[in-house]
Amino acid sequence: MSVQTLPSAGLAEGSRPVLLTDSGHKTVNRLTGLNIGVGIGALTIGLWLGVLQGLEHAGLNWYSYLAPGIKTYYQGLTIHGVLNALTWTTFFICGFFTYVVANSLKRPLRFPWINILAFVLMAAGLLLAAYPLFANLATVLYTFYPPMLADWTFYLGLVLLVVGSWVSGYGMYFTYGAWRKENPGTTTPFLALGALITMVMWQIATLGVAAEILFLILPSAMANSAFLVGLFPAIANWNTGSDPLLARSLFWFFGHPLVYFWLLPAYLSWYGMMPAQTGGKMFSENLARLVFWLFLLLSVPVGFHHQYADPGIPQAWKILHATWTMSLAFPSLLTAFTVIASLELGARARGGKGYLRWIFRLNWGDPSYAAQNFAMILFAFGGISGITNASYNMNMVVHNTTWLPGHFHLTVGSATTLTFFGILYWLLPKLTGKKLFTKTLALAQAWTWFLGMLLFANGYHLLGLHHGAPRRSMLGDAPYRAVEWTPYLIETVVGVTFLFISATLFFIVVFGTVLSPRSRRLAQPVEMPVAEPLHPGPTPKWLDTWTPWLAGAIALILLSYGPILYQLVRDMQWIPFAPRVW
Amino acid sequence: MSEPRQEPVPGTHHEPGGDAPPASDAPPQETIHVDRFEAAWMRIAAAVLAIFFISILVSAFASGFQVPGVYQRIDPTKLYEPGSPFADPGLRELAPGKYEAYIRAQIWSFTPNEIRIPAGSEVTFYTTSQDVQHGIKIQGTNINMMILPGQVSTLKAKFDTPGTYDFVCHEYCGQLHHTMYGQLIVEAEQVAAQ
Repeated sequence: MSVQTLPSAGLAEGSRPVLLTDSGHKTVNRLTGLNIGVGIGALTIGLWLGVLQGLEHAGLNWYSYLAPGIKTYYQGLTIHGVLNALTWTTFFICGFFTYVVANSLKRPLRFPWINILAFVLMAAGLLLAAYPLFANLATVLYTFYPPMLADWTFYLGLVLLVVGSWVSGYGMYFTYGAWRKENPGTTTPFLALGALITMVMWQIATLGVAAEILFLILPSAMANSAFLVGLFPAIANWNTGSDPLLARSLFWFFGHPLVYFWLLPAYLSWYGMMPAQTGGKMFSENLARLVFWLFLLLSVPVGFHHQYADPGIPQAWKILHATWTMSLAFPSLLTAFTVIASLELGARARGGKGYLRWIFRLNWGDPSYAAQNFAMILFAFGGISGITNASYNMNMVVHNTTWLPGHFHLTVGSATTLTFFGILYWLLPKLTGKKLFTKTLALAQAWTWFLGMLLFANGYHLLGLHHGAPRRSMLGDAPYRAVEWTPYLIETVVGVTFLFISATLFFIVVFGTVLSPRSRRLAQPVEMPVAEPLHPGPTPKWLDTWTPWLAGAIALILLSYGPILYQLVRDMQWIPFAPRVW
Repeated sequence: MSEPRQEPVPGTHHEPGGDAPPASDAPPQETIHVDRFEAAWMRIAAAVLAIFFISILVSAFASGFQVPGVYQRIDPTKLYEPGSPFADPGLRELAPGKYEAYIRAQIWSFTPNEIRIPAGSEVTFYTTSQDVQHGIKIQGTNINMMILPGQVSTLKAKFDTPGTYDFVCHEYCGQLHHTMYGQLIVEAEQVAAQ
């Protein structure tokens, strides 16, 4: 297997590989555990709030039982979005990638303090944002569109979370840079490469939201804070206001690559780890590399497909972004073929036969494998509804209806989250050295999530498609709610019930594994699954080089965003922020 | 339930465990090995996406399908000044069967919240917000727009079928967002013939 071969000694003087020793492992494992632990903590709260939302839509308003913690549906919805979509994912990905980069390069972190600093920044940001969220001072949903204005600590907390994730990326880049110097002529292992590409894409994408918060929101939020003005009276004279259209455009510059930041870690596991978990091999490793490079190239210049219904953006620009969006589906379609082919190799090696009967020979008994395979199946449906959303014309039927939450609960809520659960089912035993508590519960968790999401998402998709029920609305109390909606709402509540069981099982498995007695120690340590390529062979240079891909990505962004952002900034209006509306 | 994707045909040259690479002892350095089923799938995927994209272009340019675009900016603090079409919004008849409807959005209502038109009418909607972001979707139609302070959103639709069409706010706008809606009533009497 050429990709992970260490160069023979003497290949280049003065550059000797630095090996991952026990203490190097320990640092990486601790950092990974910390990040993932915080992520799971956030998810605990976020998931259960989601259950309350589902029940509310069916007419069961249980928020009064949460007083004074959570006061309203919309406060719960904001916390659900921030904790699940922003916090859980970012912490998990930073932790998982730290692990993947070090273990795939087989090299300790170059500067562990950078990754420690990253974790501290992210955790501080989360704590800072948690205060206004739970005090009902930031009920602006996770998109925080101006002219709504939350407490300044909410925005500062988000900034710290994002900056922390950048710093986490820097730790990985330095490690990679050192590895390259020490291993000249060696192709970057696929797993490390995919993780690094994802972090670089994230670095570019988050510039949009950083600009939005720093220039269009945070100064006004600070000027609005009695506390800050008391400390620094000069702040009160700051010019307050925002341009809602420019703010939305900067948000969605970040908002779509955000979903690829969620998805690519799952792809990485599907391509490079899952085949090994079912006895298969990577069907075509070089294509997998190409797919990741294509995501670096195309993830960002597509934001206007979230703004098809916005005024003030010329239709030609929307169509241009529709073009890139359709192209972006191409690497995902490639993934569908290549990953399934890799898994099929495994099923056949395990004795699978026939055109489709081999499917039963996949490693369904392993919760780590099964959870990820379910995630993949759900993502097939989510991908189809995503192409509908991306279609300039069909989107008008479903824009901002419950179709959308239906869609992204199949993507970030399943493809990403259920895959991360699957990863945890080998990573937790790896980090704790203890057996999973228990395999059966974890399998039940995967099955209930799969069934629950199928029902929930199907109900939401259809309710939005047929009846235009608006998303982000307290539908249980809406005067326009019609009796024809009831069957779909019942379907979603059945789904939510499964999901509630699944979420509970997940926490039992996680906490049971972490807290279980030493007697449950593993006899043999678990290793990170690494799928070998089916056709080991040299990787062409152009698939292991950054400059052309990065340059292409930046050129496409300048082309697709440069002129229109210039116009939007030139025509900017300072529109006053609204008084508190929640 | 299996994935709605094309499966690789089994039993061909990539037998299980048969990791002998196909006759490619000296693969060229700069190209990558692509299995023939994979290559076929790549072509299918590209063709499908191209068809999707062409149908978008056809709907936009040949069938005249419209999404909101640039119309005009407006100062949300001056919506009530005399001369502003949003000071006293509502339905205006331009010609028999042709209307324009001005709708002002604010927390947590549309003004007006009831619009009556005869069946067969063509209505151009203009809408803006005086405070936070809102949205409007007229149920059963392709009218679906974001409503931002500072921008006027506009779209046109023809209403042939009599009935009551709810229009709901679909962007979160605060505590009573879910109560923000109005009704467009298409009355059975036909527009006088041209």
